[in-house]
Amino acid sequence: MKLAYWIYAGPAHIGTLRVASSFKNVHAIMHAPLGDDYFNVIRSMLERERDFTPVTTSVVDRHVLARGSQEKVVENITRKSNEENADLVVVTPTCTSSILQEDLALFVERAQIESNSDVILADVNHYRVNEFQAADRTLEQIIRFYINKSKKLSFEKTSKPSVNIIGIFTLGFHHHHDCREIKRLLEGLGIEINLIIPEGLSTTKIPELEKAWFNIVPYREVGLITANYLEKEWNIPYVSISPIGTIDTGIFIHEISIILNKIDPENNINFTEYAQQQAYSTSQAGWFSRSIDCQNLTGKKAVVFGDATHAAGITRVLTREIGVNVVCAGTYCTHDANWFGEQVQGLTNQILVTDDHTQIGDIIARLEPTAIFGTQIERHIGKRLEIPCGVISAPVHIQNFPLGYKPFLGYEGTNQIADLVYNSFTLGMEDHLLEIFGGHDTKEVITKSLSNETGLEWSTDGLNELKRVPGFVRGKVKRNTERYARNEGLNTITAEVIFAAKEALSQ
Amino acid sequence: MNQNTKVKEQSQTPTNTLNFDCETGNYHTFCPISCVSWLYQKIEDSFFLVIGTKTCGYFLQNALGVMIFAEPRYAIAELEEADISAQVSDYLELKRLCLQIKHDRNPSVIVWIGTCTTEIIKIDLEGIAQRLEAEIQVPTIVARANGLDYAFTQGEDTVLAALVHRCPEYNKNDSETTQLKHPPLVLFGSLPSSVAGQLELELKKQGIKVSGWLPSNRYSKLPHVGEGVFVAGVNPFLSRTAAALMRRRKCTLIGAPFPIGPDGTRAWVQNICDAFGIESKGLDLREEKIWEKLEPHCKNLRGKSVFLIGDNLLEISLARFLIKCGIIVYEIGIPYLDQRFQAAELALLETTCHEINVPIPKIVEKPDNYNQVQRIRELRPDLVITGIAHANPLEARGISTKWSVEFTFAQIHGFGNANDILELVTRPLRRNNTLDQFNNNYSTESWSNQKNWS
Repeated sequence: MKLAYWIYAGPAHIGTLRVASSFKNVHAIMHAPLGDDYFNVIRSMLERERDFTPVTTSVVDRHVLARGSQEKVVENITRKSNEENADLVVVTPTCTSSILQEDLALFVERAQIESNSDVILADVNHYRVNEFQAADRTLEQIIRFYINKSKKLSFEKTSKPSVNIIGIFTLGFHHHHDCREIKRLLEGLGIEINLIIPEGLSTTKIPELEKAWFNIVPYREVGLITANYLEKEWNIPYVSISPIGTIDTGIFIHEISIILNKIDPENNINFTEYAQQQAYSTSQAGWFSRSIDCQNLTGKKAVVFGDATHAAGITRVLTREIGVNVVCAGTYCTHDANWFGEQVQGLTNQILVTDDHTQIGDIIARLEPTAIFGTQIERHIGKRLEIPCGVISAPVHIQNFPLGYKPFLGYEGTNQIADLVYNSFTLGMEDHLLEIFGGHDTKEVITKSLSNETGLEWSTDGLNELKRVPGFVRGKVKRNTERYARNEGLNTITAEVIFAAKEALSQ
Repeated sequence: MNQNTKVKEQSQTPTNTLNFDCETGNYHTFCPISCVSWLYQKIEDSFFLVIGTKTCGYFLQNALGVMIFAEPRYAIAELEEADISAQVSDYLELKRLCLQIKHDRNPSVIVWIGTCTTEIIKIDLEGIAQRLEAEIQVPTIVARANGLDYAFTQGEDTVLAALVHRCPEYNKNDSETTQLKHPPLVLFGSLPSSVAGQLELELKKQGIKVSGWLPSNRYSKLPHVGEGVFVAGVNPFLSRTAAALMRRRKCTLIGAPFPIGPDGTRAWVQNICDAFGIESKGLDLREEKIWEKLEPHCKNLRGKSVFLIGDNLLEISLARFLIKCGIIVYEIGIPYLDQRFQAAELALLETTCHEINVPIPKIVEKPDNYNQVQRIRELRPDLVITGIAHANPLEARGISTKWSVEFTFAQIHGFGNANDILELVTRPLRRNNTLDQFNNNYSTESWSNQKNWS
């Protein structure tokens, strides 16, 4: 057992559901107890999704415990398949169903006979893999399933260079913005987008993946298994560099040119000029870090923590492009520790690989950086220690699903990152100055009660009741109650008077 | 099989008697472990340890949003593969964690929340708790608030039922009780202390003293219960706690509607007065005054229709109050209905419908959300009270919604808070009016990307 308050990567089924519900017309059925369908709430809330999340539960309750699921799972699969007219139903095990050890594969086989949809069982073990690993596997599983199914179909490569973007899906950190930015970038290079996987993709289109010249996997966490599979199956090469920051975006573009030249040596493609022009015009980050204001950031201490992709990417940007001193860089993707180590080697004083938030909290407290770049969890650690934090990775809250265009990848991404970094540090500086000069001078005036000489008396129970009112509205409640007491000609304010005042005002 | 047509016919057939239906139980609700979020704040010297998996932790972390970051007095004992396959001793593992909790937080009580996983692998939580309590000298109680058996607010019920056994025994000759003019009264249900204070005051006006609350705000101040003590519930989801108080501690339960809305509060106070043979004073006037205050809201609400999808067991009381306000309720979905514990509430619902002269809405236990959405599509109610999973998709289809969980966390009990309920109910309607009024081009009929039903 592990004592935990916070967790970084969610349980396996969340990964499976994120992938399944990103495809078009794919329905997921969780084999889970009541209340485990919390995924629907998250998706509807964070993504502000207009459609019903295509996930339902085949409820595991006492009856199931006693007698097994029996017909229930099969019935639920066929029912959903009919109601939703789904192309594919993905049956999703959870931590609960993992230990029940029911033969879900058999149910799936039977449901396949009775329903019009394809049915597959997500091949993930709750106790061995986390959200990201499960998403990675499920994506490959679905792609493989449809490629195997359509063996007879074969597609020619597109006439112009084209690409599949793998790993853009629901609830991903700034995924939609990143996807748009990559598309823009590729358009500038004269490369067509063949398919985006899995966001919005219809399963019937999966065989057409073959048409692309190569694949792009922008995020380390999800898509690599699929890209590897496609390379083996159809000999499609892939680029797995995350274009975070000007330098890595340049490398990303260079890798693409190498692949294209390998496929068609006569083209002799060279993107250097394009990359340079973008780095000077679209991106302001290069100039920004040369500008006088940015000098102040030189050598400032920062701690970076997040998923492998973002933590590595941001560490590289901070050290190589802005001149910030990253005193500790870490990731909670413990399964990818080696890769992470290679990426930040020589760029930080300390590498931390853990999914225990208390360790990170302790390190931040000990190192006292000027700013933190982490997840929402580090943001709250920062709040407690009064250190500003820029959020660069999941887990995230609703404010990390902005409506405005905020990519992290590509050249526009470099601008966003520069803003984020700069704002985090200046806020820290502002705080520091405020402390030196004794805070905002208006504080006293705002909290000063206007009712000091009212001649009103507060009884003990009245005061106790007032103490129960949350601090940020207490002043208002106090003023309202005193006004009410004066109007009613009361001299002593008891708890009863507070309630009466609340009632009187609640119209 | 044309289940939908059948259901539709039923929902449109007016009835004059209570009508119960039961569907498939495929609906969205919070896992009952969510009760730790409000109970750890209520019981100030407690620590809640949820013994479950990453799924439980993920739920708590996301469902409770910001709350979790305020140094919570709860944590997950995350079960790993070795725990599941019994390669390590549950007893030793729990001992290690509880010693750590004792060392870091020094709570007066540790509440273990059993989950689906502990049920399935059958960890003997009660047995281990008893042994550990003696060893590490911290009272440890066990509540099995799992999704196999319960929905959302029922989690609180399991915790309070477990606390019943720890309440000290009531002593008739206690000096405090001998001074009472009526048998001692203990109220059960976790409320914010200011709401509890308001209800106590309401009873005080009738000359009734509240001897204690279950839960109290400290574990060390649990109320005295036993034969001769009268108990009354303040929330409709507390049937196990009521049963434990009656059967285990021989208390007398005062059956009453719940103090939600002025009608409910009045009936609640009245029933308690009746149980003690006290003639109530000024209740009519008190209720009337509140209704006068609510009139501006009611004026706008009369004739509006509401559909309650059902997820927190407050539904019967809310529907009863809304009907009294002049709203037409199409359907009351509810996870679980204890017809004995809610008997007085159901009776008041029936009377209210007769009085207002509207058909009694159908009560759907263990609803099926898919079928409900089909009925909503058919009926097009003015407001759907539902969980977040359905709220945005329904709004996108032009159906106004109110998030049901807010009713669990808002102050809705007693005379003084009736207005707050209507504030919640009317907020989506007011929002839509405001938006439509100022921007006709983007009214609900035409705003961009509005979804069609399909």
